[in-house]
Amino acid sequence: MTVQTRSIQKISAPAPDGPVADALPVAARQWPTAWAGRLAGWPFPLLLLLLWVLASRHEWIAPQVLPAPSLVWETLVDLLRSGEIWPHLWISLLRVFVGFLLGAAIGLALGLAMGLSPLFRDYFFPFFKAVNQVPALGWLPMLMLLVGIDEALKFILIAKAALLPVALNTYQGVRSVSTRYIEVAKVFRFTRWQLFAKVIFPAAFAPIWNGVRLGFTHSWLALVVVELLASSEGLGFLIVYGRQLFQLDVVLAAVAVVGIVGFLLDKALAQVETRLSRWRRTGF
Amino acid sequence: MAESLHKQTAVGSSPRQREHFVPKALRGWVLPLGLLLLWWASTTFGWIDSPLLPTLQAVWRKAVGYTASGELRVALGASLWRTLAGFAIGSSVGLLLGGLLGFSRFFERTLGPSFHAFKQISLFAWVPLISVWFGLGDTAKVAFIALAAFFPLVLNTFEGVRSVPFEFLEVARVLKFSRWQLLRKVVFPAASASILTGLHLALIYSWLASLGAEYLLVAGKGIGNTLVDGREHFHMDLVIFGVVVIGLVGFALNTVAALVEKRLLAWRGQSVGKF
Repeated sequence: MTVQTRSIQKISAPAPDGPVADALPVAARQWPTAWAGRLAGWPFPLLLLLLWVLASRHEWIAPQVLPAPSLVWETLVDLLRSGEIWPHLWISLLRVFVGFLLGAAIGLALGLAMGLSPLFRDYFFPFFKAVNQVPALGWLPMLMLLVGIDEALKFILIAKAALLPVALNTYQGVRSVSTRYIEVAKVFRFTRWQLFAKVIFPAAFAPIWNGVRLGFTHSWLALVVVELLASSEGLGFLIVYGRQLFQLDVVLAAVAVVGIVGFLLDKALAQVETRLSRWRRTGF
Repeated sequence: MAESLHKQTAVGSSPRQREHFVPKALRGWVLPLGLLLLWWASTTFGWIDSPLLPTLQAVWRKAVGYTASGELRVALGASLWRTLAGFAIGSSVGLLLGGLLGFSRFFERTLGPSFHAFKQISLFAWVPLISVWFGLGDTAKVAFIALAAFFPLVLNTFEGVRSVPFEFLEVARVLKFSRWQLLRKVVFPAASASILTGLHLALIYSWLASLGAEYLLVAGKGIGNTLVDGREHFHMDLVIFGVVVIGLVGFALNTVAALVEKRLLAWRGQSVGKF
């Protein structure tokens, strides 16, 4: 599972350009100016868009299969302006926040307990690992039978999705706190609480927060699935609804909203991270 | 720190430690066995009488029956076949694109931003679109699974190629390696750990996507369909059995991937990490 956590972090945080650029002068012809480099990303999507416009104008592809970009744009604007999308967006956000907070809190507690108490770890970790061999999606039919398809189902599934990465990263973060820090704390005769609050938690904060971000990504994924499968409102429902009526413009507009909202929320969490770990920089 | 801290706490709290008479190696079994026992007791003694909690024996009978009738083989075979097909397609395309983005600043600048924008879209939001474009059959499912495998491979290949140390390239230049030699003898081995991580991740994602595809594109056979059927007909025993099978397959895929990784990276001498 470590493999998974470690490399998904890579996904959420692409490598910074700077140091790599220094290390690879052979391949790296520096772009003349910064803005040219920034503009370089535009031709490809614009080309795709052009192709899309042409394809729909000349009807290379049936409009039922790929509606014109102008239509998708109009639908998107329409959804926003008529206010039709806000209740869906609101309920989706509510679900993801409640589920995520629930899952992250439980995950944090479990991770800390496993990291701090070897005894709890011995008893609980194998069971935890076994349960986690089944992805959140695997539990879905069982949960549907147990709790029905109401809000409870959504909260539980989203919480489950967030729980695993938070718990694992917290556990590993706590376990990898350097022994030296703990030795220093011992010299200072810290109480158990001081040891936790002043040494272990700050030292393990970075991996824990990585787990939180990863957990949020998983929650967002779970939200979309559960709304696609069993819901009568929400962004995922909007996608299914458009699909059933064969209104692909609604589907594409909703997909775009899902992408943008997910992106913004992830950015917000990244911002919180820089804010919270500001103390770290002063040390160096 | 882990070991030494644990030792210290163990010494520090030795009187408390002595109360726990369960040997360390067996402790992991206490909780699952306890839960199983609780389950068995509550159905046998009638503490809980609900169709939602079948007896252990019923689940076992279902498991034996489903396996013996060959239904499990068909469902699991179909799911695994799709998973592997999607994985193969998605990861090869991902490897190519990741390599391209890694090698060439030009492609990174031109294609990278679009790729990152696409990545933002939640994976399962693609399913309705894919179902319009490819139908509900195997093509659509494999296409979706390939998409799931594609993203982690692009990212990890890119990372791997980009993190090849500059010194290696210098040596290759001194030795006047051709482009192919550079790729084959320097870049690929140096990036292999990251690429294998990407493959491992892609395999897990493929399995997840395979389940999701079977739930959402309900046509044909597969282990996901087994679960959906069980739910629709209120066969909790079948659902529980299905969950166990899914867990076992996930475990098997993880184990195989980890073994392959270890095997292929054995030449590096020491292990890559303490996974």
